[in-house]
Amino acid sequence: MLEKALKGSPKYYLWVGFLLLVIAGTSGAYVLQLMQGLTITGMSRDVSWGFYIAQFTYLVGLAASGVMIVLPYYFHHYKKFKDLVIFGEFMAIAAVVMCLGFIVVDIGQPQRMLNVLLFPTPNSILFWDMVVLNGYLILNVLVGWTCLECDRQHLPHPKWSKTLAYVSIIWAFSIHTVTAFLYQGLPGRHYWLTAILAARFLASAFCSGPAILLLVIMLTEKLTTFKAEAEGIATLAKIITYAMCVNVFFFLLEVFTAFYSGIPGHTHSIVYLFKGVHGHTELVPFMWTAAVLAITSLALLIPPKLRDNRNLLPWSLAILVIATWIDKGLGLLIGGFNPTPFETISPYWPTGKELLISLMIYGTGALVVTILFKVATEVKQEIGASQKPTVPCETEA
Amino acid sequence: MKLYNGGKIITGLVIFLGVFLAPLAYNMGKAAYSQPKLKMPENEKECIESKEFMRTKHMQLLNDWRDWALRDGKRVYVNSKGKEFEMSLQKTCMKCHTNKAEFCDKCHNDAAVSPYCWDCHIQPEGLKK
Amino acid sequence: MNHTRRNFLKFMGLAAAGLCAASAGGALAATAKGSSIKDGPVAAKAKRWGMVIDTKKCGTKEAIEVLAKACHQAHNVPNIPGKQNVKWIWAADYEQAFDQPNNFMDESLEKREFALLCNHCTEAPCVRVCPTQATYKRPDGIVAMDYHRCIGCRYCMAGCPFGARSFNFMEPRLHLDLANLNKEFPTRMRGVVEKCNFCVERLAQGKQPACVEASSGALAFGDLSDANSEVRKLLREHYTIRRKPSLGTEPSVYYII
Repeated sequence: MLEKALKGSPKYYLWVGFLLLVIAGTSGAYVLQLMQGLTITGMSRDVSWGFYIAQFTYLVGLAASGVMIVLPYYFHHYKKFKDLVIFGEFMAIAAVVMCLGFIVVDIGQPQRMLNVLLFPTPNSILFWDMVVLNGYLILNVLVGWTCLECDRQHLPHPKWSKTLAYVSIIWAFSIHTVTAFLYQGLPGRHYWLTAILAARFLASAFCSGPAILLLVIMLTEKLTTFKAEAEGIATLAKIITYAMCVNVFFFLLEVFTAFYSGIPGHTHSIVYLFKGVHGHTELVPFMWTAAVLAITSLALLIPPKLRDNRNLLPWSLAILVIATWIDKGLGLLIGGFNPTPFETISPYWPTGKELLISLMIYGTGALVVTILFKVATEVKQEIGASQKPTVPCETEA
Repeated sequence: MKLYNGGKIITGLVIFLGVFLAPLAYNMGKAAYSQPKLKMPENEKECIESKEFMRTKHMQLLNDWRDWALRDGKRVYVNSKGKEFEMSLQKTCMKCHTNKAEFCDKCHNDAAVSPYCWDCHIQPEGLKK
Repeated sequence: MNHTRRNFLKFMGLAAAGLCAASAGGALAATAKGSSIKDGPVAAKAKRWGMVIDTKKCGTKEAIEVLAKACHQAHNVPNIPGKQNVKWIWAADYEQAFDQPNNFMDESLEKREFALLCNHCTEAPCVRVCPTQATYKRPDGIVAMDYHRCIGCRYCMAGCPFGARSFNFMEPRLHLDLANLNKEFPTRMRGVVEKCNFCVERLAQGKQPACVEASSGALAFGDLSDANSEVRKLLREHYTIRRKPSLGTEPSVYYII
């Protein structure tokens, strides 16, 4: 089936060529990092994790998001999601590939990566993160590819694929819980030391992940003959809305605990992010933008009339994605390391080279999504499933 | 039997053989490989273990020393003859083999091996600025 | 046996894997017959190493600078300007060192500087989170680092509540005086995390840690589990505090205030 990614329209070739160019160009920055070390990043002794790990954390959320389609379809036989399942699984593959990519570019001695396998350390959450991420990748590749191949051959899905799909549903919750455990078990970082961090991660994942997926699916609809079931899209938008409500609610819970108790360990990081400490206000505009955008996205998603407006929906989702990205991709890491264990502020901002290397990983993810979605849409076209009607219905809006 | 695409196949084979045999052609006519002349220590005739053992197993011995000294905290090695040594690359091995370039590098360069010991461990002749 | 090409390839693959495994097993068996290992004769031994710092005797930036110089010289710690620096022991004021804020402190405490270093915690979070056991707890209580195994993931740095660890963002030898290195001790490579090691290499020779030796008696070092040791005597006679005790990491460095 992979051969379907080798032939396409001129626009397809142009897009793939552009992505390959981006990846090739930015890999120069990565070579520089391999030669000089992580000194080319903006990380420091005090803020020792930065943009790379923040992107990894956000993308684990994207990887877990497929479960919001797979769970209703497999556990509750919600048939309206039938044509979306493969895209959820394929997006998960691309997301996990990007996660692993961001981890690889972040470690100081990448050629020793396999030490994590050679010296397994069950008391380290990072070990389990490696296990669950790779396991999830294998699950999605196996289930997604097999089911797509079966559909193409007009064969029923094998029984084991259904079992593995059930496993992947539980596994999806575990990958983001384990990623949250990376943070929430560290005794010195009070912004992260909260039991609700895992719940926040899951809530944020289940709104931002499906939102990105939905945006890419809507783009796919524009570019190919694929047409998703309208009610499926509407249900997914509902799920995203509920998850975003929970996400915002959980954050407000944190704010209450911090400021009603007044305990400095709890309040300091939030004050740094939203007000500034010791004159350091670098992140304040970003965090307030995220807050405003979060509320705006809810205002645009909660009313059914606005949520069902297919012209408005992409914008509402984009606003949601930006808000959640600022929260998880910027605020989480920088707020976690500031104030430092010495109660000082150590500002962090990614350098240009750091951003170029991140672009390399994002480009790789985009390439994986392009190739996999091309295969999926072509197979669906081949078997005549979920295709745009050749004559537009008169009842279509 | 007809050889389809014969022209391309034969050309490809010729190019492959050319590239594959190029190193042999490059070295034709030159002297045969001789083992490098190592600068041996002046004062000491016996190493940690026998020459044959060190030749084949010094990598493994250093790995074991590293784990015993660093991770287990046991720093004294009693060799097969009962002689005691402190397990240290810089303080034991390099005390006798006083020049990395004239001892270690001689064989390593010929074998195209670059162990990463020297990224951290300081060679006895010192580092150039 | 079904003589298809696929089965033949499967058989060859298995045979190749088997050959590799067999020869790898041979290469891994290493030690010479009759050899053994043991402790050095003068090695200092303890069940739980600890340190007591008399901050009245060593409470200025200059005094702590003496300690830092001795330590950094003995261990070839690079001197890097800026925020990607590496330090094993350094000076900080009361607010930075301790989690007992006091808005009306006595004047001497306000001006005093404290020597901060790795606390070699009994329940070290850095050891708990390291995915390769590159940082691990020795039986004598010292939290040690194996730079050969560290992959540079910096999880230990996130886990340390005391900010005691430094990462080699760049090649450390670029910021070392190459003519004045301690040739008995290695440098580190870039891409690994490093920190105070309670001078395990000096303890193995029966010496005191470099900072203790340079402190003219302000720092005491000994076995916390030995009730008759100097450190236990000091702890019985003086009021001491530790950094962030409420986190439960059980640090082994005590400060006489």
